[in-house]
Amino acid sequence: MLQADLTIILPEIILSIYAMLALVAAVYTGKDKAAPMLVWITSALFVVLAVWIGMNGEGSTEAFGGMFIEDAFSRFGKVTILLSAAAVLVMSQDYMHRRGLLRFEYPLLVALAVVGMMVMVSSGDLMTLYMGLELQSLSLYVIASLRRESAKSTEAGLKYFVLGALSSGLLLYGASLVYGFSGTTLFAGIIEAAQGDYLPLGMLFGLVFMASGFAFKVSAVPFHMWTPDVYEGAPTPITAFFATAPKVAAMGLFARVMHDAFGGMVGDWQQIVALLAVLSMFLGAIAAIGQRDIKRLMAYSSIAHMGYALMGLAAGTAFGVQAMLVYMAIYVTMNIGTFAFILSMEKDGQPVTSIDSLNLLARAEPGKALAMLVLLFSLAGVPPLVGFFGKFYVLRAAYDAGLVWLAVAGVVASVIGAFYYLRIVYFMYFGEESEGLDGGKSAMLSGFLMASAAIMLIGIVNLFGIETPAAMAAAQLVN
Amino acid sequence: MEEMLREYLPILVFLAVAVGLGLVLILAAILVAVRNPDPEKVSAYECGFNAFDDARMKFDVRFYLVSILFIIFDLEIAMLFPWAVAFKDLSMVAFWSMMVFLGVLTIGFAYEWKKGALEWE
Repeated sequence: MLQADLTIILPEIILSIYAMLALVAAVYTGKDKAAPMLVWITSALFVVLAVWIGMNGEGSTEAFGGMFIEDAFSRFGKVTILLSAAAVLVMSQDYMHRRGLLRFEYPLLVALAVVGMMVMVSSGDLMTLYMGLELQSLSLYVIASLRRESAKSTEAGLKYFVLGALSSGLLLYGASLVYGFSGTTLFAGIIEAAQGDYLPLGMLFGLVFMASGFAFKVSAVPFHMWTPDVYEGAPTPITAFFATAPKVAAMGLFARVMHDAFGGMVGDWQQIVALLAVLSMFLGAIAAIGQRDIKRLMAYSSIAHMGYALMGLAAGTAFGVQAMLVYMAIYVTMNIGTFAFILSMEKDGQPVTSIDSLNLLARAEPGKALAMLVLLFSLAGVPPLVGFFGKFYVLRAAYDAGLVWLAVAGVVASVIGAFYYLRIVYFMYFGEESEGLDGGKSAMLSGFLMASAAIMLIGIVNLFGIETPAAMAAAQLVN
Repeated sequence: MEEMLREYLPILVFLAVAVGLGLVLILAAILVAVRNPDPEKVSAYECGFNAFDDARMKFDVRFYLVSILFIIFDLEIAMLFPWAVAFKDLSMVAFWSMMVFLGVLTIGFAYEWKKGALEWE
C-alpha cells in the first residue's frame, strides 16, 4: 500500500532527495565553484524526469487516499514545468556567472520550487495544495532577491514575500471555510458537498477567497500589482523563470481546484474567472503601452496572457481546459525565446532593459531582429503564427460555452495589445539612429531565441501534436 | 446544517467571553485606576535609566537568523512530544516518517552550520 503510494510520487521524491544531497555535498566541498556543474545536472535531471513522466504515465491513479492525483492533466503540467525550468536554467547560467550571481543554491532552489509546482498540479486535497504552493513560493521569494546588494532586487523579494503571504492567507481562509462547510479537505469529498443550486453561503465565500488566492499566484487583475515590480527588480534570468514554470503550475492548480473540487458549481465560479480574464486582458493591454522597460512590459504582457488562459478556464468545459493547456504551453515557449533575447541585450558589457536601446537593431543583427519579430508577432497573436492558434483556441472555447461577450472582449483587447508589441518591431526596424547594443556573443541564447522563433513558424503545421495530450488531460480533469 | 452549526456554539461562546473579558479589563483600567501623572512618571526610560538613543535602529540580520533557527527547533520539539508520548501505539510508517522529517531537518542544519550562519565572529 505504502509502496504503491511512494511509487506514484517517485519523481517528486527523487528530485527532492537530489536537491537535499546536492545542497550538503556542495556546501561541504566546492561551494560556489560547483554551481555551473549543478546547473547542468539539475536541468539534465529535469529533462530526464520530464521524459520519464511523459512516457510512462498511463491512466489516472491516486496516492495517499486521494491526496495526490497522478493523471493525464498532472502529467501535461509536469512535463511543461520541467522542460521550461530546464530551459531557463541552462539559459541563465552565463548571465548569472558574469554578474557573480551563480551561487550553488540557485539551481537547487529552482529544483525545490519545481518539486512544489509538481505537487501543486497533482494535488487532490487542500493540504497537499497548500504544501506544494508554499514550497514553490518560499523558494521563489528567495531567488527573487538573489542579488542581495541591489536595493531593487531585495525590494522585489520583499514585495513578493509580503503580497505572497497575504494571498496565501486569503487562500487558507477560503480553504478553512470550504473545509468547515463540507467537512473534508479531500477534493473528492468537497465536490460531493458542493453540488446543486442552493449552496451554503460559507461555501461560496470559501470559493471566492480561494479564487482570489489563485488569482494572486497567476497575477490576474485585480491581484496583479506585485508583478511589474517583481519582474523589474529580480535579476533577468529569475524573471524569465517567474514568467514561465510557476505560471503553468498556478494555472494548473487553479483548473484542478475549480473542476475537481468545485465542478458541481461551475455557474458560480465561471463569473469570477470570466471577470478576472476580462480585467487582466484589458489592463495588460493598456498599461503596457506606457512602459519603456522591456521587463516591465513583459510583466504586463504576462498579465494579459494570463487573462487569455483564464478565458479558457472560464468556459468551464473540457474543451476550455484543453484550450487553456495549449495556450499555456505556447505562452511558455514564446516567453523562453523572448527572455533569451532580453538576456542577450547588453551595452558595454552591462545588461540594459530599456526599449529605446533596440533602435535599428535590424541593421546590426538582422537574424536576431527577425527572430524577435516572429516572437513578437506571435505574442501579439498575428496569424498565421502559433500564438494566433493559442488565442483562437481560447476564443473558440469561450464562444462554444456561450460566453460571446468574453470572446469579443478578448479580440478587442488583443488588438489593443498588438500595439506595444508592434512598436518594438518598429523600433528595431525603423527607429532613430542611436548607440546600438553589443553584438550577441552567447551562442546558447541565440540558439534558444532561434529555436523558439522556429517553433512559432513550424508549429503551425500541427502544433507539434500537443493537442492530443492536452485533450486527454482535459478529458480526465473534467468529467 | 443547523446541527453542524450547533457544534460550533462553544467556539462562539469562547469568542464572546474572550472579547468581553478583554473589554472589561481595558474599561476597568480606564474607569477605576487612580491617575496622577507627573513629568517623571510619563518620561521614557530603559531599565531605570533615561533612554540612551532612538528606539528605531537597525538590527543585525543575525538576530533574525538565530530567532528563526530557534523557532524551527522549537516546533520540532512540539511535534516530537506527542509522537514520543504515543510511541508505543505507533506503526512503523509513523516511526519512519519522523525519521525522514528529522533527516531533512538535519540536512538543513548541516547546511546552515557549514555556510557559517551560526558564527558570531
